[in-house]
Amino acid sequence: MTTTERTGLVLSGVTLRLGDGDSVVTALDHVDLTVAPGELVAVVGPSGAGKSSLLAVAGALTIPDEGTVTIDGQDIATMSSRARAAYRRDHIGFVFQSGNLLPALTALDQLRLVGTLSRRRADDRDPAQLLADVGMAHRADRRPHQLSGGERQRIGIARALVGRPSLLLVDEPTAALDRARSHEVVQLLAKETKQTAVATVMVTHDHDVLEHCDRVVEMIDGRLSAG
Amino acid sequence: MFLALRELRFARSRFTLMGSVVALIAVLMVLLSGLSSGLVNDGVSGLQRLPVTAFAFDAGTKLDSAFSRSVVDADQVARWREQPGVQDAAPFGTMLVNTRSNRGVPIDLALFGVEPGSFLTPTAAEGSGLGAPDGLVVSRTALDAGLRIGDVLTVDRIGTRLTVVGVTADQHTFGHVDVAYLPLAAWRRLHAGVGPGEELRTQQADQATAVAIRGDGTIDLAAGDAAAGTSAVTKETSYGASPGYTAETSTLTLIQVFLYAISALVVGAFFTVWTINRRHELAVLRAMGAARRYLLRDGLVQALVILTASIAVGVAGGAGFGGLMGGTGVPFALEAPAVTFASLLLVLLGLFGAATAIVRVAAIDPLAALGGQR
Repeated sequence: MTTTERTGLVLSGVTLRLGDGDSVVTALDHVDLTVAPGELVAVVGPSGAGKSSLLAVAGALTIPDEGTVTIDGQDIATMSSRARAAYRRDHIGFVFQSGNLLPALTALDQLRLVGTLSRRRADDRDPAQLLADVGMAHRADRRPHQLSGGERQRIGIARALVGRPSLLLVDEPTAALDRARSHEVVQLLAKETKQTAVATVMVTHDHDVLEHCDRVVEMIDGRLSAG
Repeated sequence: MFLALRELRFARSRFTLMGSVVALIAVLMVLLSGLSSGLVNDGVSGLQRLPVTAFAFDAGTKLDSAFSRSVVDADQVARWREQPGVQDAAPFGTMLVNTRSNRGVPIDLALFGVEPGSFLTPTAAEGSGLGAPDGLVVSRTALDAGLRIGDVLTVDRIGTRLTVVGVTADQHTFGHVDVAYLPLAAWRRLHAGVGPGEELRTQQADQATAVAIRGDGTIDLAAGDAAAGTSAVTKETSYGASPGYTAETSTLTLIQVFLYAISALVVGAFFTVWTINRRHELAVLRAMGAARRYLLRDGLVQALVILTASIAVGVAGGAGFGGLMGGTGVPFALEAPAVTFASLLLVLLGLFGAATAIVRVAAIDPLAALGGQR
């Protein structure tokens, strides 16, 4: 981490085609996107426009057919599957729809689990402190089924931040929440993005919460334009 | 392990259910193991305890009836004694008789005729050893049937009277019948059907069932057979000549094989469903950067914990059950090596079943973590 400068996420000319043979769909069509550290960028657009594909490519889950993906100056599109898993573990945080927490774990253990994924995690944030930062210290012993949707999402955000990621990818964080909770969750994302200087990309359908974002881009048919 | 152990605790009702199936299989496994050791003891412990390397039967005797049909003579014994690698050879006689004791106890005995002083002579733990012309040294188990030292047994039809003079330290049975050792001379008279006061024909005076051979591993059985006109088999092979032995052991082995297969399938099926249930969860973990190895190890730890715990419970339960069977006449003998081996086999097969299910984890695409919970 000492040798890499924090430059955030840079996608340039990224093209991703899905399917094969006659039914090839261009999910991403020469997408360029730069997200600076500490910047919260919202990606909006209709279903099937390629928002999830954007997350998949930026999050090193999929390799694009064309273009480059760099995080803090490192090209992740050329890595092996195993190296990408390790890279995700050490540098990328994911926040999933409705939290996607593990049913067997308490709120605190959801965060502690991250530390078990690899052996050297000296840099990690303290799970209990982080849980307090997202306002969930009083829920530390609860399991997901004992928590509300907003609480689950806060814990999901905290879990994504344990490893001090360079890039935070957020998939429809407010899909299951009412308006008040949605605002709270996105405000929390905005606050953490600033405080931890992480480059955050949030995919959402929810136009109500865009006011908290630094920038909004719109995705239609695999193409990206300023929203 | 972090996740594996917490999941075990969280989904304990599901794991307990599966574990109790495995525990019941382990109980059954222990009972079958005890029954099969017990039957082996009942069938051939008399032969097992003989300090014999091989038996030579008369040439051409079929193994399954060798102990009742073969007849060898002194000449064949002498020839075997001269074979290289043979330390000793002695005539050995077997026959089954029905007797009745002077206290009215009917008892069937497998009479082992041996020459007093030969290497086949049993040691008596109580009473005196072999020596008296009509003296029997009986298996310890005959005491359970109602015999006592000093009892006089009358052999049915022939009318010969035999006296119990000693008892062996442990179980000596042959074909589920208690063994009684007696001097070969007395055995020859009984085998020829010669009653008290009648004369044994000279031709029968040096006969026995088989040549009992003691030696090191270098005995060439084929060469000995050629020299003595016998067909020799190792002691272990001769067990097959004990009445019912092969049928009993193969039946039990078949049941045990099925049991092992069932346990592997049960565990495999459970972990298949469990893994499929957790597909989305595992995809989330993969997206978070968990290595495949991490997830595979986690699954195997779960399987190992469940298997060892439930098999330990099952073995304890089976041993408890087996203890209750003692003294009921059911041939049951728990032998630590056999039970340990069977338990390890159950664990290994269970792990194999679980592993075939858990390798699906490796195929889970972390992309599935994106989008709604399906």
